[in-house]
Amino acid sequence: MKKLLLALTTSAAVLGFAAAASAQDKTKICFIYVGSKTDGGWTQAHDIGRQALQAEFGDKIETPFLENVPEGPDAERAIERMARSGCAMVFTTSFGFMDATIKVAEKFPDVKFEHATGFKTAPNVATYNSRFYEGRYIQGQIAAKMSQKGVAGYIASFPIPEVVMGINAFVHGAQSVNPDFKVKVIWANTWFDPGKEADAAKALIDQGVDILTQHTDTTAPMQVAAERGIKAFGQASDMIKAGPETQLTAIVDTWGNYYIKRTKQLMDGTWKSEQIWDGLKDGILTMAPYTNMPDDVKKMAEETEAKIKSGELHPYTGPIKKQDGSEWLKEGETADDQTLLGMNFYIAGVDDKLPQ
Amino acid sequence: MGILEAILLTVITAATPLVLASIGELVTERAGVLNLGVEGMMIMGAVLAFAATQATGSPYVGILAGIAGGALFSLLFGFLTLTLVANQVATGLALTILGLGLSGQIGEPYVGMSGTKLPQIAIPLLSDIPYLGPILFKQDLIFYISIALVVGVNWFLFRSRAGLKMRAIGDNHASAHALGIGVIRTRYLAVLFGGACAGLAGAQLSLVYTPQWVENMSAGRGWIALALVVFASWRPWRVLAGGYLFGFVSISQLHAQALGLGIPSQFLSALPYLATVVVLVLISHNRRMTLVNTPASLGRPFVPDR
Repeated sequence: MKKLLLALTTSAAVLGFAAAASAQDKTKICFIYVGSKTDGGWTQAHDIGRQALQAEFGDKIETPFLENVPEGPDAERAIERMARSGCAMVFTTSFGFMDATIKVAEKFPDVKFEHATGFKTAPNVATYNSRFYEGRYIQGQIAAKMSQKGVAGYIASFPIPEVVMGINAFVHGAQSVNPDFKVKVIWANTWFDPGKEADAAKALIDQGVDILTQHTDTTAPMQVAAERGIKAFGQASDMIKAGPETQLTAIVDTWGNYYIKRTKQLMDGTWKSEQIWDGLKDGILTMAPYTNMPDDVKKMAEETEAKIKSGELHPYTGPIKKQDGSEWLKEGETADDQTLLGMNFYIAGVDDKLPQ
Repeated sequence: MGILEAILLTVITAATPLVLASIGELVTERAGVLNLGVEGMMIMGAVLAFAATQATGSPYVGILAGIAGGALFSLLFGFLTLTLVANQVATGLALTILGLGLSGQIGEPYVGMSGTKLPQIAIPLLSDIPYLGPILFKQDLIFYISIALVVGVNWFLFRSRAGLKMRAIGDNHASAHALGIGVIRTRYLAVLFGGACAGLAGAQLSLVYTPQWVENMSAGRGWIALALVVFASWRPWRVLAGGYLFGFVSISQLHAQALGLGIPSQFLSALPYLATVVVLVLISHNRRMTLVNTPASLGRPFVPDR
């Protein structure tokens, strides 16, 4: 089914490109989305970034995109069609597009590829990522202050380093305030299924958590939290509309700044393959306004944010123990990027067993 | 509220759209028409129900819009496959693809809006029964309809003359035609009923399950409903059982995860599918009965000779 759907969308897209091919003087910066551009979360954030890019360069560029491209073998075909249609640069905006991006990049050495959140590069493939964990650390601190029960619920998508890193940062942030803080994790095994995300939220609340955070893409968990009268954190986009009295803050992806930077580099010939990992200080992610919390908690969050931005605080600073009790980081030691990007273990305090 | 009660309440919400879409498709298939467009009709129901609720402020108008949307959409399928005798499988798939795209288009202005949740209706006296009362008799209208539909469809198919005729059409449309039964007309009605039920299932998604509009929010539930019909061997009670079993295992696995039992989450995620298929296949393992229950003309086009 999905294949047929994709074949239809891609062929429609190719037709669209054929019509636009006359405008060859425009540089084509292309985007592959895993979800719909109006998902209210991850993909929408990328699309807002794309719009910012388009607004910055105006008539000089075109920014075609493909939505709802499933991860897996189909992705390769979609990316290849994009590359073939004359894109100068293709942003593939989901972790699961990694191998497909590398494969297509081999066939199109003149096209630049940028893969979000991955770790494989090639001469014409760069990776870019955002240090979401910085935001998660702040959220953890807020959670520990705001929770009465000392237990937060975490709706996770897939057990990849990106997500594990977020869980650990959240736990570590929380435990910097309350050393006994616990986190319950549910793996939804999907990025996008409002119903399932809502079910996971209900299950967590029924088991006694009073703060909810999510690493899935829709506002459904926020809505459940609002209905049940607990507080929650938004993901990828500001979700305040789904929970005006519920959202404490949200990690907002602001990819636009990055897309503009890289497009400029492409145009003046300074683009090179890199592994870029920007954080709060670079503006690739921002914290939504701190709301629904007392002033002292808000002050703490703002201070932590400022410290992370200035480099004074690295969220992963020891002492940190792994879940099995063994030492990971010594007192004052900070985690290196390589370990973080391959993170496949929990730190102490996570009430879950990591799926392998 | 006890944990079991909480689980059961969540299960009802999760199972209702599956039961609704399945019972509709069951009737369609019993008449010999295979409509693979359930997902598309469901999502159209979801978006129209949400839009109508936003426009009028009443989720009950939303329910009607969802039903009407699903039914109208199925009419398109009916016209193509019954009047123009197009291939049912291909048309059904096309209907799903069209529905997913069209609903995204219609729904664009509604993205990010918070919806209106369908209110719960407590049935007097019954809802005071300890334990079961608040679970079963303090629900929203769509839940009550879903149960009534299962009872009603079971009665219709196996206790009424019209149901007998419909099953006859599903089993052998040529003979039914020879007996003077209006094959095409009955099939149109069956397709419409299937569409209306799928539309209602969609309305449940955007008014009860997650009262909001998100593109693709049906997330494959139409396909699960289709599979349920087959594994339930076209029996209404088994569809109900299958839908609830699927919902129960889905929710339980989430609770198992939250308890931190250490069972791999990938396995737990696959469990609802596995459990439902195994149980329904075991229930329906009698080969002769399976043959009797399978509509023999399923998916075969009918062209009346003049």
